[in-house]
Amino acid sequence: MPLIKNGDWADDEFATVADDAALPEGAVIVSLARFEKERAALLARNARLGVHLAAPQSPEALGEDVHRLSVVVLDFPAFKDGRAFSWARLLRTRLGYTGEIRAHGAFLVDQLAHMMRVGFTAFDGDARITPQALASALGEISYRYQPAPDGQKTIRQLRAR
Amino acid sequence: MYRYDEFDARFVAERVEQFAGQVARRLAGELSEDEFKPLRLMNGLYLQLHAYMLRIAVPYGTLAPRQLRKLADVARRFDKGYGHFTTRTNMQLNWPRLADVPAILRELATVEMHAIQTSGNCIRNVTADHFAGATPEEIEDPRPLCEIIRQWSSLHPEFTFLARKFKIAVGATVHDRAALLYHDMAVEIVKNAEGRTGYRVSAGGGMGRTPYIAQLMCEFVEREDILAYLEAVLRVYNQDSRRDNIHKQRIKILVNAIGAEEMRRRVAREFEEIKAQGYLRLPQEELDRIAAYFAPPKFEPIAEPVAEYEAARTKDKRFADWCAHNLAAHRAPGYAIATISLKPIGGVPGDCTSEQMEAIADLMDAFGLAEIRVSHEQNLVLPHVKKRDLPAIFARLSELGLATPNAGLVTDIICCPGLDYCDLANARSIPIAQKIAGRFADLKRQEEIGELKIKMSGCINACGHHHAGHIGILGVDKKGVEHYQLQLGGSGAEDAAIGEIMGPGFTAKEITDAVERVVDEYLRLRQPGERFLDTYRRVGMEPFKNVAYLEQLHAAY
Repeated sequence: MPLIKNGDWADDEFATVADDAALPEGAVIVSLARFEKERAALLARNARLGVHLAAPQSPEALGEDVHRLSVVVLDFPAFKDGRAFSWARLLRTRLGYTGEIRAHGAFLVDQLAHMMRVGFTAFDGDARITPQALASALGEISYRYQPAPDGQKTIRQLRAR
Repeated sequence: MYRYDEFDARFVAERVEQFAGQVARRLAGELSEDEFKPLRLMNGLYLQLHAYMLRIAVPYGTLAPRQLRKLADVARRFDKGYGHFTTRTNMQLNWPRLADVPAILRELATVEMHAIQTSGNCIRNVTADHFAGATPEEIEDPRPLCEIIRQWSSLHPEFTFLARKFKIAVGATVHDRAALLYHDMAVEIVKNAEGRTGYRVSAGGGMGRTPYIAQLMCEFVEREDILAYLEAVLRVYNQDSRRDNIHKQRIKILVNAIGAEEMRRRVAREFEEIKAQGYLRLPQEELDRIAAYFAPPKFEPIAEPVAEYEAARTKDKRFADWCAHNLAAHRAPGYAIATISLKPIGGVPGDCTSEQMEAIADLMDAFGLAEIRVSHEQNLVLPHVKKRDLPAIFARLSELGLATPNAGLVTDIICCPGLDYCDLANARSIPIAQKIAGRFADLKRQEEIGELKIKMSGCINACGHHHAGHIGILGVDKKGVEHYQLQLGGSGAEDAAIGEIMGPGFTAKEITDAVERVVDEYLRLRQPGERFLDTYRRVGMEPFKNVAYLEQLHAAY
């Protein structure tokens, strides 16, 4: 499945590995449960590593290890489940994580602009989630009232100019 | 009042076009109804029993004449010529067509109005005391903070897909007219021991099927930190709320599951972090800038008593009655706060026709009244009226059928639309409210009864605030037949309390008699100076229960 990164299609360089499957060579994404169980071995591999968090799982569970990850995948089991918006924000502000935050699951085009604001950088969604849809979603609302991890100027900052 | 600048205006205009695009995608079949639903809801569009319903935001209940005229205009052009004012101080159109909604929103945007976040699982339209800026009781006008909250919460990137809806109210008086503690979050403007103004924040109140009174989160939040605190509460809620059962996803359930102490601890952690990062600090200049929009009108120095006003009261009994019930004390001498009752006996509580809205706007212009308020009790309020203008204003309101002298009395009933309109309702509520109001129509009798708040909902979702009624009525469906449960002893004021359920429900035929017997029993039992609520609190449910079920007892023998 191709991803959207930096506004365009990108190959997924990571293999997402089930908990009971053998690890392939190269970059992998594992569940939090597997990461916790095989932490030392996973971090010792000479390959990039990602963790896929389920919707109820706070990235705080990753602790300082988060800085050794290349990808954190946040899950949308349904588009109505907005917990990942806070998890992404927490990764960027509290944990200071600077790597890829990837959205996975049932999110809608109409959520993309919000997702960009709170820190998501990659999108792995259904067939409607395309670079064109992303570009048009980002162009819908020019101004924003809230400061967010994307660092965009708020309306209050623009007023002060 | 607040005026949009170029940024606000463009924000709302683009939001309208964004929504127009969503409507187009729905009409073209690109969005399923399931996917469209949350998108339309967060722009105030419901699919009701017979039609779509559009809920238009009236932020903190404040309207200018041009906005009232526009509401009249869209109600006439796109609906059946009337609107319904709600307990969240919004206005609902009951019969718009989906394809017309973008056009309605474009019209509203021309007068700085919108339907953003009047529904959906997001931060809803923020409400305030409807006497804000006019009452002598308040520490300061709560509406500048409301406007700051409105802006902060509009399309908040993190809090637009919450577990459930989230309602915030702001008050600034000891006497609570905004049902603060029944909100997901309540902000009270207070002064601390050093005389500094700040905010007391409570969270976890709510009505619905499991009512709770909000619990204290923080005794005193400094002015510059209030957005940081609100964001902290929302973040804890968004992260920790249940998502597995729609009936258990409001913040009230979280607060009561983990306890207020643990909730405070979690919020405090987020709060300290946000505060340390500083990005949500509210500078005094921003508070002052917004507050300037809400500066009161220049009050003329007027000596009391006002001769014309006093003379009219002596001469005209009807005017005197209206003054006795529909006026409240104003901060400036020679002025009054006037309530326009939307509860004519036999009418639909909260409904207002396009003609009435336009006539009120004309009246406002004629008497130099720059703003009007919508109250959560579903009435309108003229906040700054010169007493010498009151006789003429009363005369005009009388012609319009808007001079019912019943504010705060037993016929001033809060009532949801019920099964006549609503897809969620189990029972009709409007006809019951009409029958009860008719039963107590006699003003002398209403005055004898005094303050008695009847609140009625057609289902457990409690849009009619029945939990907070001195007498609450809840419509239920019992094997396909509408029944009505009585609850006594609730209050949405500073002495907030959840009403106690009396017992089995009454039929539509029985409920009015049951209410009347309860009221008569109160008159029999009350001690001097006691309101219904006071008597109930003194004597409890038993005596009222003993009289309420009389008909059922007769029927059983």
